Amino acid sequence: MPSNPIDVYITNLVSIYGMSYEDAKAMAASLFSIDIDKPIHEQFIDYFSNLLQGNLGESYLSTGTPVIDMIGAFLPWTLFSVSLSLLTSFTLGIALGIISAYKRGSLIDNILTGLASVLRAVPNYLLGLLILVFLGVQWNIWPVQYMRGAYSSGITPGFNLPFIVDVFKHVLAPFLTYVLSTFGTWMLAMKASTISVLGEDYVTVAKAKGLEERRITFSYVGRNAMLPLFTTLAISLGFIFGGSTLIESVFIYRGVGLLLWRSINGRDYPVMQGVFLIITISVVVSNFLADLLYSLIDPRVRRR
Amino acid sequence: MELLNKFLIKPLKIIYQNKVGFIGFLIVIFYVLMAVIGPLFIPLDKSPKPELMYQPPTWEHPLGTDYEGRDILSQIVHGSRDVLYVAFLAGFLTVLIATLLGSFSGFKGGKWDFLIMAVADILLTIPQFPLLSVLAAVMRLDYTFLAVLISVLSWPTLARAIRSQVLSLKERDFIEAARALDLGTRHIIFTEMMPNLMPYIAINFIFAMTGAIYTQVGLVFLGFVPFVSHNWGVMINIAWTKGAIFYKQSIYYILSPIMAIVGFQLGAILFSRSLEEIFNPRLREE
Repeated sequence: MPSNPIDVYITNLVSIYGMSYEDAKAMAASLFSIDIDKPIHEQFIDYFSNLLQGNLGESYLSTGTPVIDMIGAFLPWTLFSVSLSLLTSFTLGIALGIISAYKRGSLIDNILTGLASVLRAVPNYLLGLLILVFLGVQWNIWPVQYMRGAYSSGITPGFNLPFIVDVFKHVLAPFLTYVLSTFGTWMLAMKASTISVLGEDYVTVAKAKGLEERRITFSYVGRNAMLPLFTTLAISLGFIFGGSTLIESVFIYRGVGLLLWRSINGRDYPVMQGVFLIITISVVVSNFLADLLYSLIDPRVRRR
Repeated sequence: MELLNKFLIKPLKIIYQNKVGFIGFLIVIFYVLMAVIGPLFIPLDKSPKPELMYQPPTWEHPLGTDYEGRDILSQIVHGSRDVLYVAFLAGFLTVLIATLLGSFSGFKGGKWDFLIMAVADILLTIPQFPLLSVLAAVMRLDYTFLAVLISVLSWPTLARAIRSQVLSLKERDFIEAARALDLGTRHIIFTEMMPNLMPYIAINFIFAMTGAIYTQVGLVFLGFVPFVSHNWGVMINIAWTKGAIFYKQSIYYILSPIMAIVGFQLGAILFSRSLEEIFNPRLREE
């Protein structure tokens, strides 16, 4: 393990730019807004109070840019692409799960279950590579330039139609990757859960009462079978957020994952630290949201 | 002889009966053989032959050649060792840590249970892949260390499952009977509880293995782990950076390692169904 990043940075400044040790140290200290001469626990307290004021230090690579601004520029893209994909794959998985539970043993169930199992076995970034190489390069189905970046370079970002269309064209490839690699998990879980709910007494009662089939499927079976999936939703969100580093590097999509990749390759420690913190916070917040959602959907866990 | 029957012949029979699981079993065996004895039969020729660049598959080069005209098949064979080594080591360690901590936590309860589960909860909220990426940036990771790190981060899920199983098993009649007969803690854990935990452990060994492959190949693909040997992640990385998106004919170079990984993941997951049946007699169709 090398010595701490600040020491490395100082040594670099001294050896490459020929700065005196004191100047280099002052520069490093101003970058991190931390006094390096203080004992380590006081430095940590300083870091934490800076953090609470939204100050995550400044980037090494693009000197002078506050880390918080970089995260502010990159995070929306991750939130946009990940939430859009997760929402779609969750809905799709639930619908397909109900279908294959109702028609279990049929051809369509076998095809769907087989497909879901195969897709689940493929690591998502490899699926992304396959999508790019086949759809983009080999078969020319989707132009490669829409699989690089989050929007075209010549276009002005803002609330105008060409930009919005362009954004959606660029999100398509990562979106497809996320959806294809996650819907199988939802589908198989929903299928298992639906099959167990179908055996419940209240479903038999509902049928005996002569309720409409549609109403039984959606209000009785579907609603109850979905519950266990919400607990998995939080865990899965964390995994997708974590994996965004890989997907965003494949498609050079301008999200926090790409920012993390760049900062690691450039040894940009303040950015690395900031992005990692933001990803962790996102996971914790989404865990919390999933809990809230759960109580919204299942009245039994609500507090009276 | 009886041991042989119990630990080899009977499980093999069970595997053979489940078609899907049997295919998975064959795939896993194939990969293990490729990693262990493959390099003895297929030599690795590293000298560049520019005139053979990006050749499509032929008898001489069954998977084609790479950007310097070298045989891809031999690279796949020689690259399998590292990938499988990390997968098996990480899988084994994850299951070991999870079983020990999970059963201890469930069995002891109280302060220890609280402490272990608190650590598990904290580890569960930390996104694993970004953490490993950052760690790879500040320290030099070799493959053994990487496997250890992966297992230190991945045990919580299984440990919680085992803990809750142990908690529920503790209250069952047959455990109470064993206690009343004064059979001792060791007997209760290993003879009475273990068989009930084995299906979880076996399945999670497979999941830990596929998870370790995801993480390891991902880190190598992004270039965060130094290229010490020629494994599949390195191949994907090189194929990618050498322009898989510019040269149509480079398709076999990037496709081969991808398919090698997908094949193993798929085989392992199919095999997990058989494992479930071996360890859980209630699932078997007799």
